[in-house]
Amino acid sequence: MSAPQGAVLLEVQGISLSFGGVRALNDISFDVRAGEIRAIIGPNGAGKSSMLNVINGVYHPQQGVIVFRGQPRARMNPHAAAFQGIARTFQNIALFKGMSVLDNLMTGRCTRMHRHFLWHALHLGPARREELAHRARVEEIIDFLEIQHIRKTPVGRLPYGLQKRVELGRALAAEPSLLLLDEPMAGMNVEEKQDMCRFVLDVNEQFGTTIVLIEHDMGVVMDISHRVVVLDYGRKIGDGTPEQIRANQEVIDAYLGVSH
Amino acid sequence: MNAVADTFPRLLQEHAALRPGRTAMREKHLGIWQSWTWAEVAQTVEALACGLHELGLRRGEHLAIVGDNRPRLYWCMAAAQCLGAVAVPLYQDAVAAEMAYVLQDAEIRIAVVEDQEQVDKLLELQSQCPALSCILFDDPRGLRNYGHSALRPLDALVASGAAFAAAHPGLLTAEIAQGSPADVAVMLYTSGTTGRPKGVCQTHGSFIAAARGDAGFDHFTPQDELLSYLPMAWVGDHLFSYAMALTVGFCVSCPESGETVSTDLREIGPTFYFAPPRVFENLLTQVTIRMQDAGRFKRALFGFFMGVARRVGARIMDGRAASVSAGDRMLYALGDLLVYGPLRNVLGMSRLRLAYTGGAAIGPDLFDFYRSIGINLKQLYGQTETCVYVCKQPSGDVKLETVGKPLPGVTIRIADNGEVLVRSPGLLSAYYKRPDATAESLDAEGWFHTGDAGYFDADGHLRIIDRAKDVGRLLNGTLFAPQYIENKLKFFPFIKEAVAFGDGRASCCVFLNIDVAAVGDWAERRHLAYGGYTDLAGKPEVYELLGQCVEKVNRDLAADPALGGSQIRRFLVLHKELDPDDDELTRTRKVRRGFVAEKYAILVEALYSELEQQHVQTEVRFEDGRRGVVAADLRLCTAKCFTLAGERAA
Repeated sequence: MSAPQGAVLLEVQGISLSFGGVRALNDISFDVRAGEIRAIIGPNGAGKSSMLNVINGVYHPQQGVIVFRGQPRARMNPHAAAFQGIARTFQNIALFKGMSVLDNLMTGRCTRMHRHFLWHALHLGPARREELAHRARVEEIIDFLEIQHIRKTPVGRLPYGLQKRVELGRALAAEPSLLLLDEPMAGMNVEEKQDMCRFVLDVNEQFGTTIVLIEHDMGVVMDISHRVVVLDYGRKIGDGTPEQIRANQEVIDAYLGVSH
Repeated sequence: MNAVADTFPRLLQEHAALRPGRTAMREKHLGIWQSWTWAEVAQTVEALACGLHELGLRRGEHLAIVGDNRPRLYWCMAAAQCLGAVAVPLYQDAVAAEMAYVLQDAEIRIAVVEDQEQVDKLLELQSQCPALSCILFDDPRGLRNYGHSALRPLDALVASGAAFAAAHPGLLTAEIAQGSPADVAVMLYTSGTTGRPKGVCQTHGSFIAAARGDAGFDHFTPQDELLSYLPMAWVGDHLFSYAMALTVGFCVSCPESGETVSTDLREIGPTFYFAPPRVFENLLTQVTIRMQDAGRFKRALFGFFMGVARRVGARIMDGRAASVSAGDRMLYALGDLLVYGPLRNVLGMSRLRLAYTGGAAIGPDLFDFYRSIGINLKQLYGQTETCVYVCKQPSGDVKLETVGKPLPGVTIRIADNGEVLVRSPGLLSAYYKRPDATAESLDAEGWFHTGDAGYFDADGHLRIIDRAKDVGRLLNGTLFAPQYIENKLKFFPFIKEAVAFGDGRASCCVFLNIDVAAVGDWAERRHLAYGGYTDLAGKPEVYELLGQCVEKVNRDLAADPALGGSQIRRFLVLHKELDPDDDELTRTRKVRRGFVAEKYAILVEALYSELEQQHVQTEVRFEDGRRGVVAADLRLCTAKCFTLAGERAA
């Protein structure tokens, strides 16, 4: 598929991140254009999740700059990143297990709720109207992800594949301009993977959301992303379209191993 | 206004005039039940019809409709009929190749589909169906970047149709006025278990007559409610969700999605319900599983009151409460408060006045369960070719074994070979482009040959026993209905498949397949160790268990004067499961009796000899395509037979 030639939404410049003596990321630079699906791949321990954590402010790199929407960003926390329009899902599902699917999705709206929580606690006039508007938006996401039948089911009772879908739903509920997906297809069977691929593509196409995703499954990545960054031991070893990555000798070596 | 509306478009106009503000249809969307009044429906149908007219849909042409039950798809049927065109609903889960045949056969030019899935399927078929030039879709999701010239959203059609209607007032009124009850309204394709699917042409007149007859028989009113969730291409759904709704004027609701039907059922609380036996069975299984997980007190309560219901529930349902003791009536009333009522509520059947089942035989336990908890479950009998308007069990006069009495206006004759012949106001006008098939099924005197074998019992109820071509006779002349015997056996949870032999033989013998899950569970509870299907099937204990099932079937058969002579004399449990991969079953899991008889000829012969054991080797195909051989020494067992009820009395 042809990559959208949109403006650069996010730019990562010379990021280095260490934990004590371990260099997780070493001088990484790449950009993400508005409207594209950008994949970060690499073997285990390559620094993929660390990169995602840097983007949404969980980790603070020792060196390097992140430019989001043209603004170089100061040290920030995940909460501020969420308010800037960056939403994410996690490698190990991080939902509220005891709450229903609907309530989990409603929590995704909290960055957009303006009334004081006391108003909401009393469920009066303006707060009530606000909740109705948010509920309508959440219902559209339920419809979009085809999870109507589990709307009122506690998340903990759902199979893994559906929990992953709910987590995607919660991230979408925040109406992000940048969506970070950490291994959205890990641990799924073939059919669940296909469904998830379709949802990721539909999100990108229908809502125009820019997506950065980490994935292990090379086949999936090559099929759905516009451009790919390859990390290995904290270094960037490849960056380009899926075709370019497929032909990159260093990437092939990193994935298949080299005889020494 | 016409005295009596005699086509579907006129019926719609009549309702829009008589009850404009009343709800005609509902659909749950975004978690909220959206509803449309009769006036709104009539208006949208008018816009759709004008839009279709603009696209060039003309009198006598076919409009394909593919998708789940959605209001706008039903309205498109009505819109096509306004123009004198014929609606052709297709099974939405059909694979592309099956759909291609119907699209070609019906010469489809314009198709209305639900969503992207169906659009993809039809686009794939366009090279095979060059006539297909326009695909209208209801749900635009995922279709934004298709850019295909044949595609058009239904929304755009409504908008342009409304504009066209405003510019050409009177055009649609004239079209509707031209329509006649003798016009073909809808073409439903038969499933095609025997050869190619055939298009059954049904007129406005026959469907309306069938709907009026049904409505009169079971007292339907505009206050009734229905949830429509069965495939739109199926005649049952067409009769109830479309023809009856328009004839009687009640409200039809469409579920939010296929998976939410049970929740939606509870929210809507329909007053009547129609489902094949399979659906009723699934519901009962869910109830049973949930009861097993319940606490001890609730389980005991449930067990006790279900016992009461089994004893007296059916009699109370049939209005024969007088024969029930006062104590039992009080217990039943208490049970209704504590168990049956809440249970009906969970099933979404609290307001249910009537439930129908048909299409396949229903097990006695299943049938009795629903009737005993106060659900008026009744069987009906009919085909696509008769608008399902042949027989129905009258309320208060329900016999499990029969499909009820002929409906008003229906005449039934039993042919010499036992085949059921029908004259019904709902008879088809023809099979589309198949004069040969029409002539074969519809004789010169107007009898429709159903292909089913049956007879009337002493009370005038029709009993269907089998397909006419399968019914044979034993050497002594007794009627032999293999499917009837097989079904009786399969109602036992332990028996998965059964194959009966006996045509032209001295007696009836059967092959059995055990249900591994049920028998395995049974064996585990008895600490009976086994290794795989073949081992379990050969256990003497299992033979004994199945022997009891066969004995019960024989006892039932003995009570039946017509079939009592065909009791099962000997049986065996097959060493392998019958499998579609080995061509022993069809893909819809129907036994291919002739093939099985040939493949296992050695076993059939052994059953009719007096052998106690027979060695057999069978080639099987595994799921990965490899072949292997299963060999076993099978035991053959003689079953207990009973003397006929009539003979004993004599």
